[in-house]
Amino acid sequence: MKLVKNAAGRMVPTQVNKLKLTPYKEIGKFRPKGNKAKPPIRTCADYPDDGNKVVKNLKEALKKAGLKDGMTISTHHHLRNGDVLTNQLFDTIKSMGIKNIRWYPSASFPCHEHLIKYLKDGTIHHIEGSMNGPLGRFTSHGKMKGVGILRSHGGRYQAVQDGEVHIDIAVIAAPTADPFGNATGDRGPAACGLLGFALADSEYADKVVVATDNLVPFPCVPWQIQGNNVDFVVEVDTLGDPSKIVSGTTQVTRSPDRLLIAEYVARFIEDAGILKDGFSMQAGAGGTNLAFALFLKERMKAQGVKARFIRGGSTQYLVQMLEEGLTDYILDGQTFDLEGVRSMRENANHVNTSPFTSYNFHGKGNFASIVDTAVLGATEVDINFNANVATHSDGYLLHGIGGWQNCLFSKCTILAIPSFRDRIPVIVDEVTTLCGPGELIDVIITERGIAINPKRKDLLKAVKNSDLPIKPIKQIYEEVNQLCGGAPAKPKINKNKVVAIIKWVDGTVIDSVFEVKQ
Amino acid sequence: MKNTITKGIAGQRGTKVRSDCYIEITPKSSGGIKLDFKSKVDVMYGDNIKDQIFEMCRFFYFRHADILIEDYGALPFTIAARFELALKRLFPKSTAEYLLPMHKNNNYKTSFSRLRRSRLYLPGNEPKFFPNAGLHEPDGIILDLEDSVAPTEKDSAQLLVRNALRSIDFYGSERMVRINQLPQGLDDLKYIVPHNVHVILIPKCESAEQINDVEEEVNRIRKKHKIKNEIYFMPIIESAKGVVNSFEIAAASKNIIALAVGLEDYTADIGTQRTDEGKESFFARSQIINAAKAAHIQAIDTVYSDVTNMEGLRDSVIEAKGLGFEGKGCIHPRQIKVVHEAMAPTENEIDKAKKIVLAFDEAKSKGIGVVSIGSKMIDAPVVKRAQRTIELALLNKIIPGNWRKEIEK
Repeated sequence: MKLVKNAAGRMVPTQVNKLKLTPYKEIGKFRPKGNKAKPPIRTCADYPDDGNKVVKNLKEALKKAGLKDGMTISTHHHLRNGDVLTNQLFDTIKSMGIKNIRWYPSASFPCHEHLIKYLKDGTIHHIEGSMNGPLGRFTSHGKMKGVGILRSHGGRYQAVQDGEVHIDIAVIAAPTADPFGNATGDRGPAACGLLGFALADSEYADKVVVATDNLVPFPCVPWQIQGNNVDFVVEVDTLGDPSKIVSGTTQVTRSPDRLLIAEYVARFIEDAGILKDGFSMQAGAGGTNLAFALFLKERMKAQGVKARFIRGGSTQYLVQMLEEGLTDYILDGQTFDLEGVRSMRENANHVNTSPFTSYNFHGKGNFASIVDTAVLGATEVDINFNANVATHSDGYLLHGIGGWQNCLFSKCTILAIPSFRDRIPVIVDEVTTLCGPGELIDVIITERGIAINPKRKDLLKAVKNSDLPIKPIKQIYEEVNQLCGGAPAKPKINKNKVVAIIKWVDGTVIDSVFEVKQ
Repeated sequence: MKNTITKGIAGQRGTKVRSDCYIEITPKSSGGIKLDFKSKVDVMYGDNIKDQIFEMCRFFYFRHADILIEDYGALPFTIAARFELALKRLFPKSTAEYLLPMHKNNNYKTSFSRLRRSRLYLPGNEPKFFPNAGLHEPDGIILDLEDSVAPTEKDSAQLLVRNALRSIDFYGSERMVRINQLPQGLDDLKYIVPHNVHVILIPKCESAEQINDVEEEVNRIRKKHKIKNEIYFMPIIESAKGVVNSFEIAAASKNIIALAVGLEDYTADIGTQRTDEGKESFFARSQIINAAKAAHIQAIDTVYSDVTNMEGLRDSVIEAKGLGFEGKGCIHPRQIKVVHEAMAPTENEIDKAKKIVLAFDEAKSKGIGVVSIGSKMIDAPVVKRAQRTIELALLNKIIPGNWRKEIEK
């Protein structure tokens, strides 16, 4: 495999899985030309007049959709770790004797460990999405037939739009749907919130299958997915385990160190002057992030400040802010708990978004860069503010990118992270895998202090008189190394074998993930 | 008699263990050192840990053994303490100590009358709590050798606390150790006195004689190790007898900086239950405050044990402050900030105090003996209290050092 050095100085392949690749240039430097991919012309005469697209089962739907070896099948992660459908889908594909599928999930979860046997026997050729937990280990050991491709949520939409990924069959898990194919995620026994991750697939895939365990008579309202884009509807016994789809309680961290980080984040946002009437922010669902939202809420109340909108990952805490009038809107990308799902049904100002509105690179702008501040995590950050979310310091694939890369475009991107986990430093000299370039990362907040990117002179000036522990990142790095007994050794990897590539939001390749030597 | 111990075991193992390690040493007569090594951080620190173990083997002239190590992300100071303990348990008579270098930030001193609003207890045998404790900015950090350590692990905690005093940055907090109840506690002193401990907490203290015993042993160790720094004492009164003898205890040494009260043991000793209202301990607490003040030292209250109830904690600190206490024990880092806020003088108190102090300054500069505001005369004790309030406000960083100028503006 030929590797070249990209603009970030990382070695990346120019071709994987027979797909030609463009190495990462710089932020905003890559401007592809031409036209977007387009779906074929359909004719309503080819579909039943009575609107009933229900077929017997998944196998029937796949057969009618023309499933063949080597096709691209897409699924979505809105059922999270409770997803049963995807595993059943591949059981069915296997039973049909089909091989070499390119699986295009919006993310994978530990529950998909079930699919390792299909990666081994050639049913699945490779994954383009995320490779978490057991799938990550499998891939990192070089056992997958093809090379994995990791994309952000925005990048996934972009790859469909510019034709890099042509989806042959999209299978959309729908907590509620009607026989015409209208579908929603905000109700039903497997209610999960919204179905935004499946939007691109419903518009661009050759064939679209909606699977539901809650079939209602036409019309299914609201229709987050439009039946006009759907070929077949399948009724299944269950989509998944509701307790693993959304948790009734998303817990705020109880770790005093994480709470300290969360408190620093809230204080920083105030001291830097970001917390003012009409501001906006993005908050995720990690324990630290939930705590940060609570601390910020106190400060908003104390100052009489109201947000214009909050982007989430919605949770009960964001819902409380909405219902207490502390924000005009929640622009929701993914619903993490039952309160979030309820609010989405009941509150007109709790609004569905999709990777198109939030993150899309080929759109005429997107929401991510409008947000005043985004608070995110990372597995590693280096002294040049470059960050990693995909691999662990031992070289293994750990997480997908999610919306993380896209959120880096906010006006003030904050990574709220511990400076070390057990003995493993999080602040390092060079990240194991580059997922986000340092120039987009403005502030690192750890329990050992706050480091501001020297490029952000405005932020440095804004907090000049703050009593927060603001330090150069090098100082935190050295403190952690001293504590841990020196810098950590680098993972033992096979530099000749790329097991996965990391795409930047524009579709270029920002880094490679290499085989881990056992 | 033949030594029946064939294995030296130290540390913790199991799926829930974090930042610690488990070590088993089986000495052999030949064959060199054989390591059976598993670590959660093998890729990043496996070689580093093995080097550390081999270096310690060389230090102790230990040449032949099978060594099992299960590491759960232990920091070097923990690995060193566990390994030394496993050896020590095999060879109890060995007196060699493997000392890690003193952290460059760990040589600071304390002062007799510094603020002691909060003191954070850390269980002495739980290394995972040590590295970040100082980041929460308690006035003091207590590495506890007493109640939080199982009787069978006292030797374990001694080494871990010693290593922590050398390796862990306390970020400016006062460096405290609670030793065991006497006479057992006297054996703890050699592990802490040479390593810049600032304050030794003496639990269940009942007499001046006990203070003298501790002081004598501390002085012997100080002399041996040529320690120049003062080492202070904070007796904890936890029994009826201790309460009765509290003044004698408070005045037993010039190095006593505070008297603290421990109410769980006290209420058990007088045969009653601890209540939220605290009527049962009112006498003891007031007595201890009186004894402390008579000896010109600080009076420090017990801990507040409900870590989830911050409002309850705040009320309890306000009550303690009202009685005359200057500090409170903390068992969770999130309690620290609440204690500091509640212990600090209020805005109202500070405003009043400022006026009085300014009036006093003016009277002094004019050579007038009587201080007055308007037509009201201010008594000397009121001036004294106001001066103390201003001092506390300055120490708590509530008012700037140049507050007089700010008022004139």
